[in-house]
Amino acid sequence: MNPTALLQATNLTCERGDRQLFADLSFALEPGEMLQIEGPNGSGKTSLLRILCGLLKANDGNVFWQNDSIDTQRGDYLAQIHYSGHLHGIKLELSPTENLVFASALHGGEPWLSIESALDRVELYGFEDEPAATLSAGQRRRIGLAKMLVSKSRLWILDEPFSTLDTSGTKILEELIEMHLNEGGCAVMASHSRHGIERDRVQLLKLMA
Amino acid sequence: MRASLALLKRDLLLTFRNPGLIVNPLLFYLLVVTLVPLGVGANQQILQDIAPGIIWLAALLATLLALDSLFRNDLHDGSLEQLALSPTPFAMLTGIKILVHWLITGLPLILLSPLFATLFSLSADATGVLAITLLLGTPVLSAVGAIGAALTVSIRNSGALLALIVLPLYVPILIFAAGAVSAAQAGLPVTGQLYFLAALLVLSVTLAPIATSAALKINL
Repeated sequence: MNPTALLQATNLTCERGDRQLFADLSFALEPGEMLQIEGPNGSGKTSLLRILCGLLKANDGNVFWQNDSIDTQRGDYLAQIHYSGHLHGIKLELSPTENLVFASALHGGEPWLSIESALDRVELYGFEDEPAATLSAGQRRRIGLAKMLVSKSRLWILDEPFSTLDTSGTKILEELIEMHLNEGGCAVMASHSRHGIERDRVQLLKLMA
Repeated sequence: MRASLALLKRDLLLTFRNPGLIVNPLLFYLLVVTLVPLGVGANQQILQDIAPGIIWLAALLATLLALDSLFRNDLHDGSLEQLALSPTPFAMLTGIKILVHWLITGLPLILLSPLFATLFSLSADATGVLAITLLLGTPVLSAVGAIGAALTVSIRNSGALLALIVLPLYVPILIFAAGAVSAAQAGLPVTGQLYFLAALLVLSVTLAPIATSAALKINL
């Protein structure tokens, strides 16, 4: 065990059906560090992320947050994390502003940026009152990014966050992640893309199919 | 508490933007109830006798109609995942979803019940009892139905399966509620039936959110 680590996983094993996705997987993340998970489709990247946020039970092994198991402090842990999955969790009938108002109330905690400045940060200003259904896939992904900004969480768990983002969106996300790490946060990201985040704060984890 | 209120507000806003959710079950209910006199003939005595059963059966089916989509949209756009990952207990948020379902299906039925009572020429006493049974019974329909909706949320075309799971569980409600209205028409006391309905209400409103949230977690 590493006492200064924020997030720590020990001997994680995951089986789906008869197949073992990964076994005996351990890592520790200190404040300001990011874990990047790579691997072919079906190698268990999403399963690992879902285990880390407690949506899925690992067949074996434990996840620790600040040296306590996440199962014993579930409510406190959930207040500290932000999970962004394949689905953005936004309502198409609602405008970006309405989606963000709900997201920030649901997560609770102290706000990081105001809703206007979060929308401005992801360059959605001018679309704030349009229904999300009229926005493009990349713009919807940007609403997802803005959700990470309206409430403060120390751990970001991101599943393929760069997909559907254009060059400027990619750049915004890189800057946001760097800003988050600079403030002592942690991130776990499943991604294949090359990105401009400083290499020496990124741990790489390769999963085999 | 803040998260629960925000969810209540969001779901009501979504209903408002998508008025079919509230209008369809209501129109269905209206149609079923008005078709019956056409089918059985306009004999006032017969209509009075079968009115409680018909009105309550239509209420069951109208509730069922809106149940299918209770959690499905949230599952498909990822909102359900976000609800499960909120620091607010998931059972509480599930309870709010059940409340919204009742507000859009159960409450309008109660408000319309005097109209249907007139349609079937029920007595004033029976009309009052009908409203009370709907008030006590429709939240149970929403709460128990939510368990079924949660169990079948990730199954495609689950409408029939949902009905098979939920309708048998509605039997006690149907018996006591329709029984109470019939008894009121005959001038008999109805306190016993109403107590039973109230007991079912308390049981289902307290326990169903827990069961529903557990069933949803399996499907996430």
